[in-house]
Amino acid sequence: MSRARWIAVGLLIALFVLVLFAGAFAPAPYAKQFRNDTDHRPSEQFPLGTDELGRDRLSRLLYGMRISLLLAPAAALISTALAALIGGAGAYMGGAWDRATGMFIDLFLSLPWLFLLLTLRALLPLDIPAVTSVVVTFALLGILGWAASARIVAASVRSIRTSEFLLQARAAGCKPSRLLLRHVLPNVKPILLAQFWISVPLFILTEANLGMLGLGVTEPLPSWGNLLRELENYTALRHSPWLWVPLLSLVMVVSLFQFALGAEERA
Amino acid sequence: MKASGHRVIGPSGEVSGPTLLALLIVIPLALALGGCTHRSADNSGELRVTIKTDPKTLNPLMAEEDASDRIRYLTGGVLIRVNRKQQENQGELAENWNVDEGGRRITFNLRAGVKFSDGSDFSADDVVATVKAALDPSLHSPKGDPLRAGGKADVRALDRNRVVITFEHPIAGIERLFDEIAISPARMAGKADSSVVLGAFSVAEQRAGEYVLLKRNPYYWKKDSAGHQLPYLNAIRMYVLSNRDTELIRFRQGDIHLIDSLPPDLYEQLHSDDPGAARDLGPSIESEQLWFNEVAKAPIPAYKKAWFRSRNFRRAISSAINRADLARVAFRGHATPSVGLLSPANKFWFDKNLRPIAYDTNAALELLKQDGFSKIGDTLKDRGGNPVSFSLITNAGNKQRERMGSLIQQDLQQIGITVNFVPLDFPSIAERIMKTYDYDACMLGLTNVDLDPNGQVNVWMSSADLHQWNPQQKTPETEWEAQIDKYLRAQAATLNRPERKADFDKVQEIVADEDPMLYLVDKNALVAVSPKVKNADPVVLTPQTYWNAEYLSLEK
Repeated sequence: MSRARWIAVGLLIALFVLVLFAGAFAPAPYAKQFRNDTDHRPSEQFPLGTDELGRDRLSRLLYGMRISLLLAPAAALISTALAALIGGAGAYMGGAWDRATGMFIDLFLSLPWLFLLLTLRALLPLDIPAVTSVVVTFALLGILGWAASARIVAASVRSIRTSEFLLQARAAGCKPSRLLLRHVLPNVKPILLAQFWISVPLFILTEANLGMLGLGVTEPLPSWGNLLRELENYTALRHSPWLWVPLLSLVMVVSLFQFALGAEERA
Repeated sequence: MKASGHRVIGPSGEVSGPTLLALLIVIPLALALGGCTHRSADNSGELRVTIKTDPKTLNPLMAEEDASDRIRYLTGGVLIRVNRKQQENQGELAENWNVDEGGRRITFNLRAGVKFSDGSDFSADDVVATVKAALDPSLHSPKGDPLRAGGKADVRALDRNRVVITFEHPIAGIERLFDEIAISPARMAGKADSSVVLGAFSVAEQRAGEYVLLKRNPYYWKKDSAGHQLPYLNAIRMYVLSNRDTELIRFRQGDIHLIDSLPPDLYEQLHSDDPGAARDLGPSIESEQLWFNEVAKAPIPAYKKAWFRSRNFRRAISSAINRADLARVAFRGHATPSVGLLSPANKFWFDKNLRPIAYDTNAALELLKQDGFSKIGDTLKDRGGNPVSFSLITNAGNKQRERMGSLIQQDLQQIGITVNFVPLDFPSIAERIMKTYDYDACMLGLTNVDLDPNGQVNVWMSSADLHQWNPQQKTPETEWEAQIDKYLRAQAATLNRPERKADFDKVQEIVADEDPMLYLVDKNALVAVSPKVKNADPVVLTPQTYWNAEYLSLEK
């Protein structure tokens, strides 16, 4: 492994430890409102300042990162697995199966998900605790977010299915299960990994957008998504550059994942 | 109204013939006119404001939503105007009027020599035709609805300048209803489009999604104290702009001159950059409320219904909410803790005897104890051992309400109550509060469009649809709601203003005592006024910055 990769892995581990034990590092409880110190500038007491309700921004960032770093990859894992299963299986079987799954994927992509999510939220009980709401939100994202990835996976499997090396393997008498496990999957793996890593920040941002419609991480729980909502206030960004920290930390984490992945996986 | 692309240059700017001679004459003329147009664009007297949406109608009798109603206000000539500053009725097209027969009859003496914007004469026939159209049930005019409450009406012209309207039943405060009825020419009554008007401006052009252009009415009847013809402005351009951030950017660029109802955050931004342009007018008549679901058939647990129907529970919650913090933190200090169902901005009808609601968690716990609640550790439990927890819904995307929800969540945590705060999209909220009743508590704002208490009957009568905590009751389910119904009927049945005031004070006191709606804060009226606008005198009532549009002018 390269030095950069080692550094990336080390930093990611440190970050995970930091957010897993956020309680030990956070200067204040994430929900505590210091109402006389709203929109406070960074200070010794509040290293990243306070938000509009006087809550310590660093504490909320640490807890928010914990929620997003644990649940967004989980949702990405669900969606990538579904994409591999539906897109990959259909394309591998070919013929009518391939056409049917292609149509199913197109149909799924054309559905107005925003409105369906709103309807779904309206049907959910109101009196669910904030933590349940978070899990439900990310689970929904994982279950509904597979279609775009499935199309890419299907295209890749389709080209592998018609490739010469697979033809030779088949001619050499390889069983279908061996063909799938030894020849197809290793070749689709970089695509699946790429889709997984693309989905993680995508789900974090989707959660932020859903929060504006009442379907996200609910108050007082923080999430990376609802911390990014502070970036809506463009004039405040000029005067309060520390508001960029959640976005910069998101870029940093995604970049670290890319480095940690290694060139061969990313290729 | 169709768009007209030639209005800027005017008829004399059009090239009518192909000859060189004509071109030699017309081109310099057009250039000269163009120069004039440009100069007048600098000093054009064109005020630029915004509306949030395209107007749904230009028919003043059908105006309901904000954009249509603002256009109606600027274009419509009315018999009586509610002065937005003094909050008193004043004669406009009616020089004077008389209400008699116990409030069943109103007689108007009309101003003589008034003309419509097309130069045609105004007469009593126009008033008769317009009022008849407003009363026509087949038109479904929202402006005519309050008049139809008087039952069958006889509208007739006594002569060219006198009109008498006799209703079957008396209507308390009938005069103010004519502030909403814009008189149209008799030939257009019921299907008017604000192009031929008696107001200061008429609609000249509309481009969907872009703007509505109002041009000065050259025949407007009003003159200033020096005898100058009003209005001073040549035109008002109302840009269709829903994004409040963009609106503020364009204001800063000088592209927009006035902004009504600025959100507190944007007000603060403007105030920090340009303190002279941002104005906080103090409490408006808009307030924010929270209520509990008291509907008997609501699909919520019985023990919750018992909590919500308990006066002590509601009063305890009210005492445990720190209203001063709501105003200070959620509204950046641009709101005032509510005292009751009316804001002090409603000068005449506000009950000055009401006392502010004290923030007192100990008093709240004491009230809860009287109902068998007890705080065990950090959790409040009812006498059945159920932990006290409820959901609070509001519309997603409203920053102030979302902040208030978080503040209330923490306030009630102090007395052991868990609040699950759920912002929802508005259609979902409407579905829950109007149809399914599947919610615990809701926080929304009510906009009082009418200063008169009769404008609130649709909320406070127990049979009303908007009696949100328990709507459409066949008979009042509680003694105090029966009392409110009684006082509302009593104030509507007399023309004596002090008597009406006394009756409505009783309503305000019962509401303050029973807390069916927890009034949280009265929002301040925040506006932006460009220093270029002269004679601006913003008020808390809509339209806040251009209620006196005929007197506004732009600095040259």
